[in-house]
Amino acid sequence: MANFIRRLNEIPREELFASGHGLCAGCGIPPMVKIALKAVDGPKTVVNATGCLEVATTLYPNTAWRVPWVHNAFENAAATASGIEAALRALKRKRGWKDYKIIVFGGDGGTFDIGLQSLSGALERGHKFIYVCYDNEAYMNTGIQRSGATPIGAATTTSPAGRVIPGKPENKKNLLDIVLAHRVPYAATLNSAYPIDMWNKFAKASEYLDKGIGPIFFHYYSPCPVGWRMDSALSIEVARLAVQTRIWPLYEVEEGKIKINVMVRRPKPIEEYLKLQGRFRHLLKPENRHILEKIKEYVELNWNRLIRLSQLDSIY
Amino acid sequence: MVKWPNKWMELPIGGVINVPATSVDVKTGTWRSHRPVVNLDKCIKCLMCWVSCPDNSIIRLDDDYVDVDYYHCKGCGICANVCPTDAIDMVEEGGI
Amino acid sequence: MSITVRQIRTGLNGDEAVAYAVKHANVDVISAYPITPQTIIVERLSEFVYNGELDAEFIPVESEHSALSAALGASLAGARVFTATASQGLALMYEILYITSSLRAPVVMALGNRAFSAPINIHCSHDDAYAARDAGWIQFFAETVQEAYDLTLIAYRVSEDRDVLLPSIINLDGFILTHSVEPLNIFADSEEVSRFLPERKPVNPIDPDNPITYGPLALPDYYMEIKRQQAEAIYSSKPIINRVFEEYKEFSGRRYSPLKTLYIDDAETIFVLLGSTAGTIRHMVRKWRRENKRVGVVSLTLYRPFPEEELIEAIKDAKNIVVMDRSFSYGSPGGQLFMDVSSTLLKYGLSPRILNVIYGLGGRDFTPDLAEKALHLVVETDEKIVWLGVRG
Repeated sequence: MANFIRRLNEIPREELFASGHGLCAGCGIPPMVKIALKAVDGPKTVVNATGCLEVATTLYPNTAWRVPWVHNAFENAAATASGIEAALRALKRKRGWKDYKIIVFGGDGGTFDIGLQSLSGALERGHKFIYVCYDNEAYMNTGIQRSGATPIGAATTTSPAGRVIPGKPENKKNLLDIVLAHRVPYAATLNSAYPIDMWNKFAKASEYLDKGIGPIFFHYYSPCPVGWRMDSALSIEVARLAVQTRIWPLYEVEEGKIKINVMVRRPKPIEEYLKLQGRFRHLLKPENRHILEKIKEYVELNWNRLIRLSQLDSIY
Repeated sequence: MVKWPNKWMELPIGGVINVPATSVDVKTGTWRSHRPVVNLDKCIKCLMCWVSCPDNSIIRLDDDYVDVDYYHCKGCGICANVCPTDAIDMVEEGGI
Repeated sequence: MSITVRQIRTGLNGDEAVAYAVKHANVDVISAYPITPQTIIVERLSEFVYNGELDAEFIPVESEHSALSAALGASLAGARVFTATASQGLALMYEILYITSSLRAPVVMALGNRAFSAPINIHCSHDDAYAARDAGWIQFFAETVQEAYDLTLIAYRVSEDRDVLLPSIINLDGFILTHSVEPLNIFADSEEVSRFLPERKPVNPIDPDNPITYGPLALPDYYMEIKRQQAEAIYSSKPIINRVFEEYKEFSGRRYSPLKTLYIDDAETIFVLLGSTAGTIRHMVRKWRRENKRVGVVSLTLYRPFPEEELIEAIKDAKNIVVMDRSFSYGSPGGQLFMDVSSTLLKYGLSPRILNVIYGLGGRDFTPDLAEKALHLVVETDEKIVWLGVRG
């Protein structure tokens, strides 16, 4: 039986992700990493793509990790994890080595964009690991450039809120749809405002790995106070609003069956979400009303599609 | 405090850090402009602050009440924001 | 180790010879992507794994970038790892070449030497080998199919040595070696070979009981110390490579050294080169000796670390040096081996007449006539760089 929880006090105290790291005040990444390392039980190893989490937690000779941690490059975290997993299979079989679980962390740049090929290859080959994309919706580590994960209208340093083009013109790529096209056994979205839901998804992933089933994919909503130009204290609040406005549906997909984990019956106005963040502030001006309408349309379309798909026995 | 070698021939090979969690010695508390102050009278031990803190700076006590690790706390204010009973206040630093 | 082990006389092409060596090395993980002229290696290895003849994991990656990325991950995990590539594939791996050597992962890679695009070409140049020359890998050059087999086994012993821990490349000329069948001796199986090459004993493998941070960020306060250590590591591998050559001789009866020489003692002119064309030059040197021309040849089996002392010892008394490059370094003072040899000569205070011959690009034949021409030009021309066998 997996170690599912109903209350936060059931989470063990011991942290495998140490303090003293250099992630910004209010960064959305650590609340997920802390839970991942505890809810995935037993021995484990982390593979990290180049990005905020990687640079800020391993400034030589200071490491924040109490588990083995491997960084190779930007676009190849999934391939690196493939190699570790294959090696472990061989070493267990040939030399009786002890097993461990592999958790991969990659940002949206390292997952949606430059690392998409290596992720696809690894998912297709069926390596047994958990891949978590922490999505802060831009290249934050290099200074807030737009990525395939940046939502429409958002201002970044390469999609500024210009006089002619007010923010990113294109919609966010639907990463989980791409992942699901590989027919992975278990995938889900995560959100830091819902830590119990997040814990239980990692616990379930851990259980799958115990049964030799993988790969598992999680898409985590990772607020970035600096890149989103908002008060660092709002990190969790904005994450909750993302769910409550239906911008970030919380759902999981087991063997193709979609389950919506937080059913948002009366969504909050999207403006409430946008107004907290400097990256969206220009969208509230009257001249950009058409973009705001596009966002609303897109969110509604996405949510309705998800509802329809969740009524199927399996989308596979 | 881990004493790290200084000379090239003494470093662990491959540029690895062969000691876990050496970052705990780094005093990130100097980043802070506001400090969280917990009013235990209002604390309901929900642990939302503890689970949300990016810097492990909410110390969960044996009885599930909380305290603050000011050596590492960067003063982001998440703990105060997520607290359902407003038991944490952000107080400006340097008021002495 | 003094007993020479039973061997089987057979005929294989270079790719198959490497595949047999990898099988006999009892590797744990193979991570590779098909590319001509290396593909036969991974085809044979797949057969060995799929037929249960080799107990290994074969990762059929989706690119060469991932091939080396996965190989590095597997090597850090503690496995004995093999990958292979050529040309464009090596170029795609380029980023990870440096990371693999910097993380001191003893990955062994076969490189079926092939010209870089454009124009796209599948035949032999040494562009890919040279592209990797600064990346911190040990590099061997095979001249024959036998050498391709032997050097693969030798590479594992060298790379995995606790005092080396660096990746190795075995270069074999595309098509000329990869696809040509030659007679060779191979060992019976991996059990026999294990007497020379025992199971890998990894240093600092991934182990949750001993959590290590691999591949951190190092800024100006430590980066240079880490790089200085790596520079020392590859220079320090030289005596260990020589020791392994010696042990392999005891084991196999076949002798290897950083470079091979023929008729150098009284030579006025010495050819210096890499790869399979050494056979052509050696044939010509024998002919020239019959004509009382004092010519010798040096071919490098070890390219990185560059065997500078051995090279200087071999060429120090020659008046003329012909350095042959099967590639070109555009805009540089000459071809890549030419620059290596020239700077080594200068470092040791020597200044013979030196000619850089560019030959054989994209699989262009290098014929005895062209060798004659090179011998003529080294004394007759003031040109420092000549392209031989090119129309115009």
